[in-house]
Amino acid sequence: MLRYTVRRFGQLILVVAALSVLLFAWLRSLPGGPVSALLGERATPESRAQLQAVLGLDRPVHVQYFQFLGRAASGDFGVSTGVQPGDDALSIFLQRFPATLELSLLAIVLAVAAGIPLGYVAARRRGGWLDNAGVVSSLVGVAVPVFFLAFLLKYVFAVELGMLPTSGRQNAGIDATRVTGFFVLDGLLTREWDASWDALKHLMLPALALSSIPFAVVFRITRAAVLDVLDEDYVRTAYSKGLTDTVIRGRHVLRNAMLPVVTIIGLQTGALLSGAVLTEKVFAFQGVGEALAIGFERRDYPVLQVVIIAAAMVYVLVNLIVDLSYAVIDPRVRT
Amino acid sequence: MALLEVDDLSVVFTRKGEQPVVAVDGVSFDVDPGQTVGLVGESGCGKSVTALAIMGLLPRRGVRVSGSVRFDGTELLGLPAAAMRDRRGRDLGMVFQDPLSSLNPVVPIGLQITEVLERHRRTPRKKAMVQAGDLLTRVGIPDPRRRLDEYPHQLSGGMRQRALIAMALACRPKLLLADEPTTALDVTIQAQILALLAELVRAGDTDLGDTDLGDTALVMITHDLGVVAGLCDEVNVLYGGRVVERGPRHPLFAAPHHPYTVGLLASVPRLDGPRGQRLSPIRGSVSDNIPWTSGCAFAPRCPNVLGACTSVTPEMEFGPDERLLRCHNPVPAPQEVRA
Ligand SMILES: Nc1ncnc2c1ncn2[C@@H]1O[C@H](COP(=O)(O)OP(=O)(O)OP(=O)(O)O)[C@@H](O)[C@H]1O
Ligand SMILES: [Mg+2]
Repeated sequence: MLRYTVRRFGQLILVVAALSVLLFAWLRSLPGGPVSALLGERATPESRAQLQAVLGLDRPVHVQYFQFLGRAASGDFGVSTGVQPGDDALSIFLQRFPATLELSLLAIVLAVAAGIPLGYVAARRRGGWLDNAGVVSSLVGVAVPVFFLAFLLKYVFAVELGMLPTSGRQNAGIDATRVTGFFVLDGLLTREWDASWDALKHLMLPALALSSIPFAVVFRITRAAVLDVLDEDYVRTAYSKGLTDTVIRGRHVLRNAMLPVVTIIGLQTGALLSGAVLTEKVFAFQGVGEALAIGFERRDYPVLQVVIIAAAMVYVLVNLIVDLSYAVIDPRVRT
Repeated sequence: MALLEVDDLSVVFTRKGEQPVVAVDGVSFDVDPGQTVGLVGESGCGKSVTALAIMGLLPRRGVRVSGSVRFDGTELLGLPAAAMRDRRGRDLGMVFQDPLSSLNPVVPIGLQITEVLERHRRTPRKKAMVQAGDLLTRVGIPDPRRRLDEYPHQLSGGMRQRALIAMALACRPKLLLADEPTTALDVTIQAQILALLAELVRAGDTDLGDTDLGDTALVMITHDLGVVAGLCDEVNVLYGGRVVERGPRHPLFAAPHHPYTVGLLASVPRLDGPRGQRLSPIRGSVSDNIPWTSGCAFAPRCPNVLGACTSVTPEMEFGPDERLLRCHNPVPAPQEVRA
């Protein structure tokens, strides 16, 4: 198990190294650039060249890359040119990361809390109305673009019905104490319940929009896995022992059906990150996704580099956790 | 009174857009308390479906079950699901063919045994775990304490089947149904498992406190007459979803009267048979069957076939030696041939 974990960490380093090279080259091959973004299209060649030199973009790409590596080693990822100009790129990421984590976790919790029970019931009543409704809604969940769903939710529940806030992470009027940067958690830690509640209300709609694809995927995988497991001999054995439905469901059906579901949850991290870019934009939710969206518009290389490399690390780490939890569920993997 | 009375049991699988499949076609047999009864026949003759029908384990949809299954004086067919569930595992146990796929791969062996005791006897987990250890000892698994925490993939094939037997017998059911319990095992292990089953169902006097076993009636399902030969008090030979011959083990083996039973016996290798004797498989296959309604299902494959066999359905009647037979033209006993 330890060796396995070490090997996976080795892989993580390799992935990040390869990704940083590709990313670096790719960003610099995009049309436009930070200089055009900052000065506009009509700037004079002289002022362009001057800013180019200040930002260090006049040197060859490989020189820039090694410079970047050298500074990154000491924790310096450069200064933002577009998202929050003048701020340290790493601090921008660290400051925004809790927001996105909070949002993604809530989205995954919603997706799992709805997807697994519905998937189970749909499989048990295969062909029934609930099964059909579930399959259709999961198709819709995958097909409807996240930003459209985000706009729709915002329009109906925030603008028209006024039930929930339209944007941001917390009302400015709430003078909340910051502890961890996770607003809901901060409120709980400091017993500022109103702050927690307000932060949660701000999370609700973006999380709902963001959960649509993971929900659809978790639902369908659960349903398919449960259908497979119900045909297994050991489920028949469980019935032959006269066990109660509760025991058969939990211990014999779901525990086995969870294996593919856990894997898919790990793979959904990627979809979650790209979904976060769109939802955070729609709800002006100051997270990493929003920084990425703005960073792209303004060609903010330092911020984009930090965010994308961090996203890749999160992805690999989540899948490492998934593999380890797989070993917890399935004893055959352990030995 | 018989413990189990199966009377005219039929099971028809009806799938939308498909021809109905008659898997069991009017099977009748009895099992007395403590008795070991064999159900023998080729693949596809309805043995497993019969057992599943008795246990109430057939799928709820797409199946028509008719006839009667009386157990201990209660009609099981049409019993409410909850009542049937109370009996399963407590009064009726079942052991399946493939021990690996019949065990839950992600649940330790110990828990798969204790869950039966917790369910039917309300034994607390800790106490049930001690009993599970005793049960594993009883079914011949060495080092049971360690095995309780292990998972099915860590056990050998024989041990898995022993563990399944321990689960099925944990609550001392009155009836155990064993569906080809040795088919998936090595020949040497097969013999051990059969010996174990024979010992467990007979030994009524072993005193192991709450976990003493024995006095269990056994329905042994197999396509292997060799298995039946060492174990069963009475043998039912099934063909095409019906019992075609029934009798006590020794007379039936000494003098089979149904041509199908004769064919089955001739296709079993015997150590005491003459050297160099060829095994003779039954010609044709189950797919040649004709429906029971238009004669004898075995007629197209039968060496003794008469005209009546393809026009008149044979009934279960006493034939030679007071043997119950479903045949228009039974095979005479060997001494009669010699005379
Ligand atoms: N779920 C099902 N749906 C449709 N037909 C079925 C189903 N289960 C069994 N059958 C059919 O019922 C018949 C009897 O099957 P059964 O499993 O009882 O045979 P068997 O005597 O146990 O054979 P084997 O020695 O291969 O286990 C077969 O023709 C089979 O195709
Ligand atoms: Mg079978």
